[in-house]
Amino acid sequence: MIKAILERIRQKHRTIKFPEAEPVLPERFRGRPVIDGSRCVKGCTACVEACPTGALRIEAGGPALDLGRCLFCTECSSACDNKGVSFTREYRLASSTREGLVVRGDEYALASALNGEMKRLFGRSLKLRQVSAGGCNGCEADINVLGTVVFDLARFGIDFVASPRHADGLLITGPVPENMRTALLKTYDAVPSPKIVIASGACAISGGPYAGHLEVHDGAGKFLPVDLYIPGCPPHPVTALDGMLRLLGRL
Amino acid sequence: MARCTAYLIKHGVAARLTDLPVLEPEPFRQCVIDNVNAGGRISALFGTPAQSGKVRLYAVIVHPSEGTIALTATEVDEKYRSITPDCPQAHWFEREIAEQWGVVPEGHPWLKPIRFHRSYRPGHDAFGRKDGSGILPSVTDFFRVEGEEVHEVAVGPVHAGIIEPGHFRFQCHGEHVFNLEISLGYQHRGVERALMGGPNKRTIHLMETLSGDTTVGHATAYCQAVESLSGCKVPPRANAVRAVALELERLANHTGDLGALAGDIGYQPTMSFCGRIRGDFLNMTAMLCGNRFGRGLVRPGGVGFDADGTVPGDMAGRMDAAFRDVEGASALLFDTPTVMARFENTGVISATVCLSLGLVGPAARACGVGCDDRNNFPAGFYKTAALPVATCDSGDVYARALVRRLEIQNSAAYVRKHIAALPGGPINAETGPLAPDSIAVSLVEAWRGEVCHVAITDKGGRFAHYKVVDPSFHNWAGLAMALRGQEISDFPLCNKSFNLSYCGHDL
Repeated sequence: MIKAILERIRQKHRTIKFPEAEPVLPERFRGRPVIDGSRCVKGCTACVEACPTGALRIEAGGPALDLGRCLFCTECSSACDNKGVSFTREYRLASSTREGLVVRGDEYALASALNGEMKRLFGRSLKLRQVSAGGCNGCEADINVLGTVVFDLARFGIDFVASPRHADGLLITGPVPENMRTALLKTYDAVPSPKIVIASGACAISGGPYAGHLEVHDGAGKFLPVDLYIPGCPPHPVTALDGMLRLLGRL
Repeated sequence: MARCTAYLIKHGVAARLTDLPVLEPEPFRQCVIDNVNAGGRISALFGTPAQSGKVRLYAVIVHPSEGTIALTATEVDEKYRSITPDCPQAHWFEREIAEQWGVVPEGHPWLKPIRFHRSYRPGHDAFGRKDGSGILPSVTDFFRVEGEEVHEVAVGPVHAGIIEPGHFRFQCHGEHVFNLEISLGYQHRGVERALMGGPNKRTIHLMETLSGDTTVGHATAYCQAVESLSGCKVPPRANAVRAVALELERLANHTGDLGALAGDIGYQPTMSFCGRIRGDFLNMTAMLCGNRFGRGLVRPGGVGFDADGTVPGDMAGRMDAAFRDVEGASALLFDTPTVMARFENTGVISATVCLSLGLVGPAARACGVGCDDRNNFPAGFYKTAALPVATCDSGDVYARALVRRLEIQNSAAYVRKHIAALPGGPINAETGPLAPDSIAVSLVEAWRGEVCHVAITDKGGRFAHYKVVDPSFHNWAGLAMALRGQEISDFPLCNKSFNLSYCGHDL
């Protein structure tokens, strides 16, 4: 016992100060892209062609980048000779609508808070059931760390629970393979109403690298109403935490 | 030597398909069995569509003690004599072949689908299902024990934690487990099918997400395959960065596993410490490439990011701190008698079972089987900078935990040493076109064990087929065996001591 206590003292208190203080992110972290359409050469589609998931399209005002599809691989930025697309270290990425995930210029629609009754019910206590539906387990791994002492998710009143019956909503990862469709829908049905749905990661939003495969349904949105989209491949834990706190009106 | 009919290659060297003899099914079968009996292990055994409309089967058998890889092939149509009765290692591979190509391995003792999808050869179904009929995951016969007071426990696909889906069927008498059968496929997202015709701009991303926690392992295996096929010489500095990243991946996952093992038996201090320290290792990978899982780091011809500037110095400092913490956390775990009482003699696998199932990685090394591709089939940086192989022979949860602890020590020392003395020079070389009509086998000792990729090119140098074998593909059967005779309440502990990948299996 004494050894455990001594080790506990040696390992120190490690919970990050977020959201009171900004998180410490790696120098090379790839966050929200910024697009400068004025640098585009007329007729050039190099960024669109470089993208492995079809996240970019050329609009009248310049390229638009759908973060719901983006793997943050920066191929678009490398393909552009004029540095029209660049990735910043901005980690705040979650949005309330599918369309809100589209970056045009430096505009971006961050998630808004639940309103009225939903906020009253869930604002201070949100219990989520996680459903892993396809994907690579990267998103699950970085959702899991929210439960460690570093992020200490429970201090915000958010918990992941074992049963959908105990949950206020689902956090879904993965592109939803046909083989998980029934299990996902049954789990959703088992959550008492009113309930929320969070789609976390490129797969759950758009199918990610598997978009268009016959075996998957290109994300949760095909079957369920999504209240919060957290982009990334996988999203950084702070990105996910920021999104959830925004949804609850805590930021 | 009985295995004279196999074609022997060295790791990292592509072979011309025309040099590979295509045997009749019976000699092929015998060749696989003889190679395994001579100390080999099946790394891959898979089907591809043949020009004749039949199915070409390839077997890749590694001989760890000699560092050679034996290849053999045959063509089959509706059925062939199953290899499994004489060589249990083939059991899961033959089920996969049956499911993917509608070929029946006659005499297979337990022929069922492994992923629950339709055959890739229309009109051919090994299970006699009609073309238009629906296929539901895990809707199939399960092994059953009948008798008074015998009961069945079914778990999954959706589990209680933040983990992947899978279905587990236990045949129990009270707490006692007679048999566990594992049924997967819920994560099947059609990766191998999508890789055919590549490489293309999505290929590397599919490789990095075969199993997210093994991003560096799988991406390295893919790049090695491409480099073998294109004759590309990867610069030494790039190889060193890849090795550092692979060991960081091992450190993060092994640390997480020790924490999770502690958590499953209710030992909170180590669980709490390791959950955080795992993140410290992930953040070191992010120092290199901006992503905690190593996305974007390993690229054909080299690496996407250099370990330059302040990275080596910062990483060395962080490694020292994280290693002190993880050593403290694991010393606590191994010094606590109540923890050891739960670990010892739980989920025992004998070396015999391990060898007959062809288990890999820490699970095999914990049975005293010293296989480690970093030493047996070294590639890249491991050719010049080796690591000790950690083994333990008790085959139980304790052994699987101890092997992880020893590997944490070895990998931390390795990263610490080499990050401070990286070779100079470029981090990238050009990869030319892939050799046509060729086959390349690529092996990487990832943290769970051997990752095996087999790339086969067509006459235009595109992937006619690309086979991925995640270590979990070999080891799920090991978990089922570990549960025999255990109490069902020990399942979480046994499961965590393997910590296998669902998505890496389901693909």
